[in-house]
Amino acid sequence: MTLHLLTKQNASTPEFRLAIIAIVVFITMSALSPDRFLSSQNIVSMAFQFPEFAILALAMTITMMTGGIDLSVVGVANLTAVISALILVNFAGADATGMVALLWLFAAFASAVLVGALSGLFNGILVARLGLPPILATLGSGLVFTGIAVAMTGGSAVMGFPDVVAWIGNAQVLLVPVPLIIFVLLAAALHVILTKTSFGLQATMYGANPLAALFAAIDINKLLIRVYVISGVLSSIAGMVIMSRANSAKADYGSSYLLLAVLIAVLGGVNPYGGYGRVMGVVLAVLSMQFLSSGLNMLQVSNFARELIWGALLIFVMVVNTADWSRFGKAKSGY
Amino acid sequence: MSKHDDDTFIEMKGIGKQYGGVTALEDVDFRVKSGEAICLAGENGSGKSTLIKILVGVEQPTSGQIFIDGKSYNHLNPRQAAAVGISVIFQDFSLFSNLTVAENIAFATHLSEKKRLFDRSATRRIAQEALDRIGVEIDLDARVETIPVAHKQLVAICRGLASNARLIIMDEPTTALTGREVQALLRIIRKLKDSGIAVVFVSHKLAEVLEVCEEVFVLRNGTNVADGPACDFDAASLTRHMTGRNISEAKPPLNIDQAKNLLVVDQLGKLGAFEDIDFELKEGEVLGISGVLGSGRTALAKALFGLVAPDRGSIALSGKNVALGNPIAATQAGIGYVPEDRLTEGLFLTQSIIRNVSVGRFDHHRSGGFLDLASLVNEARGWIEKLRIKAPDFEAEVKSLSGGNQQRVALARWLSQAPRVLVLNGPSVGVDVGSKADIHAIIRELAESGIGIVVISDDLPELLATCGRILMMKDGRIDSIVMAEETNEIELAAKLAS
Repeated sequence: MTLHLLTKQNASTPEFRLAIIAIVVFITMSALSPDRFLSSQNIVSMAFQFPEFAILALAMTITMMTGGIDLSVVGVANLTAVISALILVNFAGADATGMVALLWLFAAFASAVLVGALSGLFNGILVARLGLPPILATLGSGLVFTGIAVAMTGGSAVMGFPDVVAWIGNAQVLLVPVPLIIFVLLAAALHVILTKTSFGLQATMYGANPLAALFAAIDINKLLIRVYVISGVLSSIAGMVIMSRANSAKADYGSSYLLLAVLIAVLGGVNPYGGYGRVMGVVLAVLSMQFLSSGLNMLQVSNFARELIWGALLIFVMVVNTADWSRFGKAKSGY
Repeated sequence: MSKHDDDTFIEMKGIGKQYGGVTALEDVDFRVKSGEAICLAGENGSGKSTLIKILVGVEQPTSGQIFIDGKSYNHLNPRQAAAVGISVIFQDFSLFSNLTVAENIAFATHLSEKKRLFDRSATRRIAQEALDRIGVEIDLDARVETIPVAHKQLVAICRGLASNARLIIMDEPTTALTGREVQALLRIIRKLKDSGIAVVFVSHKLAEVLEVCEEVFVLRNGTNVADGPACDFDAASLTRHMTGRNISEAKPPLNIDQAKNLLVVDQLGKLGAFEDIDFELKEGEVLGISGVLGSGRTALAKALFGLVAPDRGSIALSGKNVALGNPIAATQAGIGYVPEDRLTEGLFLTQSIIRNVSVGRFDHHRSGGFLDLASLVNEARGWIEKLRIKAPDFEAEVKSLSGGNQQRVALARWLSQAPRVLVLNGPSVGVDVGSKADIHAIIRELAESGIGIVVISDDLPELLATCGRILMMKDGRIDSIVMAEETNEIELAAKLAS
């Protein structure tokens, strides 16, 4: 009774191939460096590392599903982090404890999400109402968001938070890192949105054929604006995690995360032309990247070689998936 | 291998073409002699465009052989086809509207000569020679966008001549021409034949060009069902061969005189597209709208559904004005629209059949913010069965379906939304004959249930089989209103061409 054509678990789905890749990478790394890669210390460390860019990849996923892209995710994350950091530093102060600190943390978090939503709304209006190509609209808006953050801080890091702020990025609940819990909850929520709501199905179908969506009387403006607002909110939550882990906020943190988020979404089988993507695929892509990255780190492979291996992995997966994409490409341009 | 007559230019033998699981052509033999004109007749979806695409090298046949001047090819590519002198004139002429007549004519010649620099005098000379050969006068320096449609066609013919065409294939050559222009075209065709150039007319309305043709070749469902000298065919026998039956789609007399007005269109106009459009649609009425390309029929159809925003006038459904230029408002008011081009406008090709049918119903199957997938799928399945959509798996991508079944998916999507007015733009374009009759039957059934239906089409038999009244559009205005019972195909065709 499933509504999804491509969920059948057979070897032809990108998710199935990704699951195999993730397992192969995991086993290889375990075999090469069993005592260190499989140590609980390493496992926990990995679980702290990936959620921040994985959340950005979720934001990328929902925009790519509609055939768009959000290049402003890192800009939004830093802007929201800077704003909540300023709230924390100026109103709570480093010495705040107990209820007061918690309340200010809550206020800072709420402001971050609100600013994230507004940034997404701005992107959504540029794309939906004004019809700008998403790649250019979000490239521009990302610069604007970063610029605002620079103007607010003069380019330097904002620090001096109450201790409770560190909890988001560094604490564990029943041995599970909090950032991981946040990521799992967001991924599950996005999965439900994309597969179990009218909005999610419409977004997927709009991505498959925007013109047909217009002729099917889907409210395209509303749809796209919601997509970019969700992307903005996800980015702002990633911003909170980054801020907490770094115990500071700065306008140019995580600049490599933008490319990483795009890579993970594409690796995860999200069709960059729109119309197909599964959260499970993105999760598997995140895991593969993290296993590979940590494993190479342990093997003391130089950073340069690591980039080479990442790139090779990306190209390999894309080549394997190309059989599907070429058909999508043709379907879009062939008539 | 093959017996090669001296005057045989092209011979296609045992041509077959499969698209996925669909057979577009099966074991077709087709022959063109120098200096003769051939009617290649067939309905939409009969395989005639596939045959032409193979001949010009755009598509590769899955079986069969092609002989050109006795030389055998398994398939052609577009360069080879152009090199041996096969030239196609598509319905839209494929001209560069911002270039001059001379530049358009000489363009292909320049390309084949691999000239890198533009030579104005050579361009004019080539163009003048080509125009002289068919004996017409057109201003060489006029930009193509400024000249009439009939002249554009001549420019396209001359472009073929200038690149030494030995075979000119004309796709639907008379669709956009008036009766007088058709006669002028026929005179030119005779001249071409005298100079040894072969002509193939591709059309589903061939009665007009029958008189200049030597041979008639009829395709139906991808096979050759009739061929022979043109003198053995007339309009009626051609239609019979093309449709494969004496389709007696006698419509039940619908008594709609007493019915209430459903849709009232008042003084609707849009600058440059249509103006002064007034008509009413009653409950249970099937109203046809026809006209040549550029008559404004498609713009009007889109305006009814809000895809085109009219400048003035109003559309009222049961006395309530519908917001103009807003498809969502139109849908909410109860107007549905099945577009002309299923593949780009109508369907989400890579999405499942179920999703394509149910896309308009998502908001009606909600429980607590989430979709009730079970009820959504159930409803969609109900419509799929009701419209007899044949698919092994309803979760399959909609692009795996045949044209007829795809069209039913598009219909099912709107029917599930219980529309009060359904606008069908080209309801049977590109579907096979059997499905076509089924779709017509569905249209009649819907009308009987009280839905008002607008059929936009240039397929005259279709209009006659489904509609009560037919609005004939011309230059953006309603030229006349014809009662389907009081006319026939020939009269209607004459009206369309006038």
